[in-house]
Parts: sequence; C-alpha cells; structure tokens
Amino acid sequence: MAQAETSFATPPAYDTARIRASIEAVAIPLGALVASAIIFSVFLTLLGKSPLQFFELVWRGGFGSSFSLQNTLQRATPLILTGLAFAIPARIGLVMIGAEGALVIGGFAAAALAIPLVSAEAPVYLTMLLMVLIAMAAGGAWNAIAGWLKHSRGVNETISTLLLTYIAIAIMNFFVEGALRDPASQNKPSTMPIGKDYMVGNIPGTDVHWGLVFGLVLAVALQVLMSRTTFGFAARVTGGNPRAALAQGLPVGTLIVVCSAIAGACAGLAGYFEVAAIHGQANASLVAGYGFTGILVAFLARHNPLMIVPVAIMFGAIEASGGLIQRRMDMPDATALVLQGIIFVVLLASDSLYGRFAIFQPKISTERT
Amino acid sequence: MTAEALTTILIAMLGGAIRVSTPFIFVALGETLTEKSGRINLGLEGNLVLGAMVAYAISFHTGSPWLGVLAAGFSGVFLGLMHGSICSLKKVNDIAVGIAMMSFGIGVAFFFGKPYIQPSAPRLESLPLGGWASNPALQQALEINPLFIVGILIAIVMWWALANTRVGLVVRMTGDSEPAARAMGINPIKVRILATAAGGFLAGIGGAFLSLSYPGSWNEGLSSGQGLMAVALVIFARWNPLRCILAALLFGAAGALGPALQSVGISQGYYFFNAAPYILTLFIMVAATGSNSARAAPGELSIAK
Amino acid sequence: MATKQISRRSILKTGAAGIAAMALPMPFIKAASAADGVVLGAVYVGPRDDFGWNQAHAVAMEILKSTDNVTVIEEENVPETDSVSKSMESMINLDGANLILGTSFGYFEPFMIDLANKYPDVQFRHAAPLWSEDKHPANLGSYFCYLNQAHYVDGVAAGLSTTTNKIGFVAAKPIPTVLSNINSVLLGARSVNPNVEVQVIFTGDWSLPVREAEAANALVDAGCDVLTCHVDGPKVVIETAEGRGVKSCGHNASQAALAPKGFITGAEYKWETIYSMYADMLAKGETLPNVVVGGYHNDMVKNTAYGAGATPEAIAAADAAIAGLKEGKPIYVGPLKDNQGNLVLDKTFDNYDPVLDGMNYLLEGVIGSIT
Repeated sequence: MAQAETSFATPPAYDTARIRASIEAVAIPLGALVASAIIFSVFLTLLGKSPLQFFELVWRGGFGSSFSLQNTLQRATPLILTGLAFAIPARIGLVMIGAEGALVIGGFAAAALAIPLVSAEAPVYLTMLLMVLIAMAAGGAWNAIAGWLKHSRGVNETISTLLLTYIAIAIMNFFVEGALRDPASQNKPSTMPIGKDYMVGNIPGTDVHWGLVFGLVLAVALQVLMSRTTFGFAARVTGGNPRAALAQGLPVGTLIVVCSAIAGACAGLAGYFEVAAIHGQANASLVAGYGFTGILVAFLARHNPLMIVPVAIMFGAIEASGGLIQRRMDMPDATALVLQGIIFVVLLASDSLYGRFAIFQPKISTERT
Repeated sequence: MTAEALTTILIAMLGGAIRVSTPFIFVALGETLTEKSGRINLGLEGNLVLGAMVAYAISFHTGSPWLGVLAAGFSGVFLGLMHGSICSLKKVNDIAVGIAMMSFGIGVAFFFGKPYIQPSAPRLESLPLGGWASNPALQQALEINPLFIVGILIAIVMWWALANTRVGLVVRMTGDSEPAARAMGINPIKVRILATAAGGFLAGIGGAFLSLSYPGSWNEGLSSGQGLMAVALVIFARWNPLRCILAALLFGAAGALGPALQSVGISQGYYFFNAAPYILTLFIMVAATGSNSARAAPGELSIAK
Repeated sequence: MATKQISRRSILKTGAAGIAAMALPMPFIKAASAADGVVLGAVYVGPRDDFGWNQAHAVAMEILKSTDNVTVIEEENVPETDSVSKSMESMINLDGANLILGTSFGYFEPFMIDLANKYPDVQFRHAAPLWSEDKHPANLGSYFCYLNQAHYVDGVAAGLSTTTNKIGFVAAKPIPTVLSNINSVLLGARSVNPNVEVQVIFTGDWSLPVREAEAANALVDAGCDVLTCHVDGPKVVIETAEGRGVKSCGHNASQAALAPKGFITGAEYKWETIYSMYADMLAKGETLPNVVVGGYHNDMVKNTAYGAGATPEAIAAADAAIAGLKEGKPIYVGPLKDNQGNLVLDKTFDNYDPVLDGMNYLLEGVIGSIT
C-alpha cells in the first residue's frame, strides 16, 4: 500500500520518486531473503543438514527443469487468484479472510451448474463460459454478503468472512455427500464428473492449465482498476480514511460491496479452475487452504495486484520443492513449517526498513496507510 | 421429539458448553488483553497448538499436569514476546506477522511433538460437581475442569482490572490513543509487548486444556482451528472479558448440538448441525450489532480503523 | 467442518526456504541418476506418525526399505489435490521413481489414473479397492485389507460385552469403507446377540479430536456401553470411553494400552503382509499384480490381543468368528434390509464380492443416517 501511496503522494519529483520507490521495493525484500537464507542455513546446520544441498534442491525442485518450472507455475495459479481476493478489499481497508469460502462456493456452484448442462450435452464453450460466470458470481455474492453486512450492520468483516467460510464448506459438504453426490464416487463423495470434454486444458506445450493466464490477466486488470481509475482512487481514499471519504460524498457502501464482490469473484474463479482443470468435480478437496495462503501472498506483495504474481510464483516454488526436500533430506513436513514461519516473519519485519535508507528517498517520506 | 430426547440434547449442550468452551475462553481472554492494548495477534492458534504440545510433553516427563499447564503458558509468553517485539518495528503489520507466527508456532509444536503422539500423559483431574444429580449424563456434564473455573475467574478479574486499576487504564489508554498514552508518559511499545506476552500466556494455557483435559490427547489435528475462531470471538464479544465467557459458552454449546442430535437419532443434515456454532454466531452478530458496534473497539486497532 | 485444512494446510504445505533460495540461485546440478533397481515413491496424506492410518502404512513400509534392490522415497502431508499429481510426477521426473504407492482414497481419481496414462512405464498402486480391469490403465492397481472382517470380530466380542445392547460408533465420513465397518460391527454383534443396536455419529472429517470426544460422550449419554470408531486417530475415542467407564474396541492400530480397564479388542490392518509380498516380488524383479486384496484368510487383518474388557465368553465367540472368517464364512448373510426398510442385499455375498465395495447404506439395526 505504501508503495502506491508514494507514487500518488509525491507529485513534485514524481518520476525520480517512483523509480527510487521501485528500487526500494525490490532491494528490501531481496535483502530480507538473503537474511532469511542466512538464518535458515544456521538452522539447517543445527539440525545437521547441509544448507548447500538444501538450496540446490530448492532450485532444482522449483525452477531447475521445465517440469519443475511448470510444477511451480501450476501451484502458483490458485494463489494468484486468492492473493488478489485478499488484496483488493485490503486496499479499501477491509481485512477479509474468507477467500477459502468463496473459492469453495464458486467451485461448487460451477460443478452443480455443470450437472444439467453436461447431461444435456450443451455446447462446450457455452458451458465453460456459464461455469466461469456462475463461479465468479457465486463467489462474489458470497463475499459481498460480508461487505454488505459490514456497511449496513457494522458487522466486522474479518469474523464474518471466517464464519462464512465454515458455512460455505458445510453447504458444499451437505450437497456433495447428499443430494448432488455422484453414486459412483465411492470412497470420495463428489458431484458428477464434468467429463474431459468440458474440462479446461493446459496451455499448449505446457502442463500448466489456463487458470494461470486468467490469473495474470486479472492481476493486470485489477492493477489498472485500482491505480488508474476513479473507482480505484475512491477505494484508496476510503481505505485511507473512511470518514473523509464519506465527508467527500464518496459512495462508501457501494465501494465496500463492490470490492468484496471483486474479491469473491477472484476466489470463485480459483474455485472454477480447481473444479474444471484439476478435479473435474466438486468434493471436499476444494478445501485445500489456498484461500488462507492467499492472505500471506497478498501481505508479502503489499496488496499490490501485480506484485502478487511473483510472490505467488515464489510460494509455488516453495511448495514444488518442498516434497523433494522431504524426500532427499529426510526432513519431516513440520521442519518446513518452522522455517517458513521464520522466513515470513523476517520478510514482514523488513517492512520496517522502508524509508530508512537515504538513497531510496526523495524529499518526502513514504506515508503509512 | 420426545421429552427424553430433548433432555438429552439440553444436557449434552450444557456439558458441551463447559467442556468445549475452556480453550476458547483462554484464547479469547488473551486476545482481548492484547487487542485492548492496540495490537491484533492473529497467531494465537500457534500458541494454542504449541501450548498443547508443551503441556502434554511436560506432563508426560514430570508426571505433573499442572507443571505442564505452567510450561504451556510460558511457551505462549515466548511466542507473544516474539510477536510483540516484531510488531513494535515501524510499519510492520501485526495481522500479517500473526499469520506468520501461527505457522511458526504450529511448526515448532509439530516438529518437537512427534514423540508424544503415542504415549499417554497424566491429565488434569476434573471436579465432580455433579454428584448431587441422579441423571448420569448430567453428572458427567458437571464434571468440571478446574481450568474452566480459573478461566472464569480470570475473566472477572480482567474485566474489573481493565476498568478499575491503573494497569487497566494504561492498557486501555495505549489501545485507544497512542498520542494520549505518550502524553501521559506511557511507553506504548512496552505496554503492547507485555500485553501480547500476557495474552500469549493465556492462549498457551488454553492449549494445555486441549491436550490435558478435553479431548485430552496430543496429535497434530488436535486444534482444528479453535485458536483462530477464538480470536474472531473477541470481536463478537466486543472486547469485553465477561462477554468472552458468554461467547465461548454459546459456541461450545452450539458445537455440542451436532453430535447430540445424532445421538438421539436426528442425523439428517449433520453438516449443518456441525456448522451450528458458525451459523449461530453470524446470526447473533447480524442481529445484535448496530452500526455503532465499532465504538467498542480500541481506537488504535488496525482492524477498527 | 474441515477446519484442519483451513487453518493449517495453507500454511502447512510450503517449505520456507524456497524464498531464500530465490535470492541465492544455485547452478542447476544434474539429478542423481536413478538407481538400477526399483525406486519406490510412497505418498501419505497426513504425517507419518499420526498413530493411525498413515502410521500403519509408514511402519509397514519399513519392510520395503530394507529390501535389496529397492530405494524408498517418501512424502507426507500431501493433500488430495493436484499436489498429489505433482508430488508423484516430481518423484518420477526428479528421483527416477518407477513404482508409486498412493495411500489415500482421494488420490485415485482423477490423479493416479491420469498419471498412469501419462507415464505408462511407471507402475502405480493405490490403497483402496477401486481399480477395475476394463476401466483403468494396466500399470495401475489396487491393494487393500478388508478391515471390516476385524470389525466384525469386534462386533462379536462387543455384542457379548454390552449390557445395554447399544454399541456406539464414531465415524468420520459415510463412505463405503466406513459404512462396511459399521455394518460389520452390527452383523458381528447380532450374530451372538440379536437385540443389539449400533448407534453411529458422523463427525464429518477424518481428524476432529474435539468433535470425536463430543460424539463419544453423546453416545455414552445415549446409553451405549461399548464404543468403537473409524477416524484417523482413534486415541481420543478410546480414552474418552475409558474415562466414562465404558468398554471400547480399537481401530487401525493397537490402542490396548490406552484403555487398561475397558479395552475389548480392536481391528488392525496388516499392510506388512502386502508390503512384504511386494518386497519379495520386487527383489526378484517381478511386476506387481494389479490387485492384492485380502482379509483374515490371507493374513491381511488382525484383531488386537484381548484386553481386560473382554469376557471369557466374548473371547471364545470372537475366536470362533476369526476361525470362521479364515475359512471364508460370509459376513453379509442375505437377505438384508437397510435402516430405511429397503432390501439392499438380496442374497448372501462373499466377503470380497465387489458389490460390497459400493455400499452406501446402513443396515437395519444401525441408528444413524448417511446424509
């Protein structure tokens, strides 16, 4: 947020300030990563493991071959969308942690709609389009409930989105194990498979599904929306100071509901791709935690839609190489958790370094929102 | 539904309220204290899980569950100090650090907790306060763990102390307005670190209840998100320690509804019954919060701004 | 409520250091070439030491680790999403794995089926009775222990141990494997005590300790005096039963030590039988069969040694039941109705009849509903 504020709040030396801020925005996280690597190496040495082997494995598992790279990108895809789902409301000052629920509802709605359409052998592209639309609409509407409750009733959006997530999962489970269960789905209750023809394929020449392209397009589009349009400007003003926004006559309620809906639509789209590109049906595996990982992605990207892409790819690489590390270095999954916690903390703590280095600074210091 | 079935359900909900609510009470009280000072620690799930593991391990090694409870509290202090200190750096977002700390705390608990999944550790004895009752289910429901009573006492003390003591005033002042606190010569950073550490202590004890009383076992699936939910309940309880108790009891009672209904043969739609605590909480929030509810929030809280 | 995934998986599945490594890109080092023999990749859905399902597999996997010619690589906490495909592919592409064992139900479709088609030179085996010759690729297969046979024995012993004639069953999800265990407990109990009812409570997910304890308490309050369960970690249910002073039967592994007063017996998998058979075949360079299933007749399940809760007559009847199962005596003796009154099994079925793999009902005598 601070980064966007900088460019916005410093009209005098606009270009220089912008460049300096951009350099700062790259240099500080990189420095934090180096620091993390050092702490991490100490940790590994204490555990009697070789840091060198570790880093080699991370490289190989995350990027070192075309398989690894595609593995990374595929795993990054849902995180781009759920990262956006946290970042957009955050820009207007809302802490909405319910992307998981919107993802589940969106994916479930798409799978449910597919049942009659696929049975009726509806045209493939029309079905896909309708599934995308319903997933985004369902996810958007679900999350918009929280935005609307926030504005009209003052219900705190953090708790309502968390509650709605549990409720969304209950709804899906109820139908998936009940009325909409495919009788053939024996040991894993699921809705009827949508069938290969109706599934989303991979980007030609790769093993990565089309969700990645949608994620990239959406990240760019939302970046433009949030930083180049009146809507984005109004949202940022509201996020900075809701009272001032109201005083200026901005439609705060509409802005809140729309931002919540956009967020839910992003998560719903992630749910669509989980159903249409991965599982081919809706089941309890939609609850995979992407919505919650998205929160960290968004924070590390400082709620900047474009930055979410590289951060999500970084997360994808971590996940992609995590298994290799488990296998080769014989470390339990929990090791990764500990070290991951440490590194996130270091990265987040590095936020305090912004504005501390003279070389990155124009005359006006950055402002915290 | 027969009268007998209704009695069974009501007794189960009473028992559930008492049995299930304790970890929520402790975590919510800890978070209330932290948030009153103007910080959010979303990572108390990590304290809860680490506390559960530490309590179980210490109880297993020393044979004393109460030593385990104490150790769990101190593991929470450790995490709280970490959170509190890091968030004292300028521009560091407390919510994000909380999420990172959650992963750290859970990771440490899982990493060191592997050897304790299988053995049985001495557990906290409950007080049989239901001896007078003739109904065995009611007797069981009134088997009350001392920690439940301690939790209620802490809530009352905290409620009183926040309103009536100098420490309480300092915490509230820091949470409501940092400039005002500074003007009074209070060091807000110090207050917040201490409040987060104390909150961490309580959350750690909540974890000890999970592993040493109910369900009374250590494994990696133990918490299933109670810590996260308890943090959310603080908002529901509007930062009032006494309301935290109510919220936790309500949540516990609603949580007992699903299994209780199935036990009397009402089992269709158990996913919704099991989601009852969440649905109920949401409805109550919608019904009870007017547009002025945010006023109860400490002014410095990033969530309230 | 599946909160386990929500609160944790997100943060669970990542290996932190990746971030660090991005800052320090290392030159690509060539993958260690796969050993000449078998490289076996085992994938678990939870931690290997969960005192339950995953541990049962991991412990038995030690046999394969000590086999000449076989290198075992393992990955735990792999959720049933495309993470499975990617983990398995990573094992194949980066570690040279040529045999993959997937140990969670949800790995099979679509993930392992797709992978088997994509990598025809790699053998895949999955721990559930799902593979069928006409539907699935030939390099894929199933292995499974019919634990319901051991639960039938639990039922026999429990049927003679209950005084209230109510047995409580804490179950995770209404899938055929679980339903078959519930129904087998009922049939076992009724074979010795026709008045027994089995009451079931579904918790909705595989590991929810608090709700499992609530369910166990609710069942005791409803009058059940023997409890058993099918959840990932039975520890909570068994300990709660013991604490309430009722008897219990175990699941997955031996829980005898957790209930010194009330433990009757328990149902245990013997994956080691399958894995040693695999080990022998791999050592000889043979291809594994597509389907390996079994129960008491071929030493793939067992019952935990009787505890203090088992009366002499319960032990005698349970031993007799085991002897019967070893000779192939059927559990599902038709005709049988479900608890809605529908005829679901019109005749007697063999214990390995595929019809039973598709079970989606609770038999008459079970109190509970699958939706």
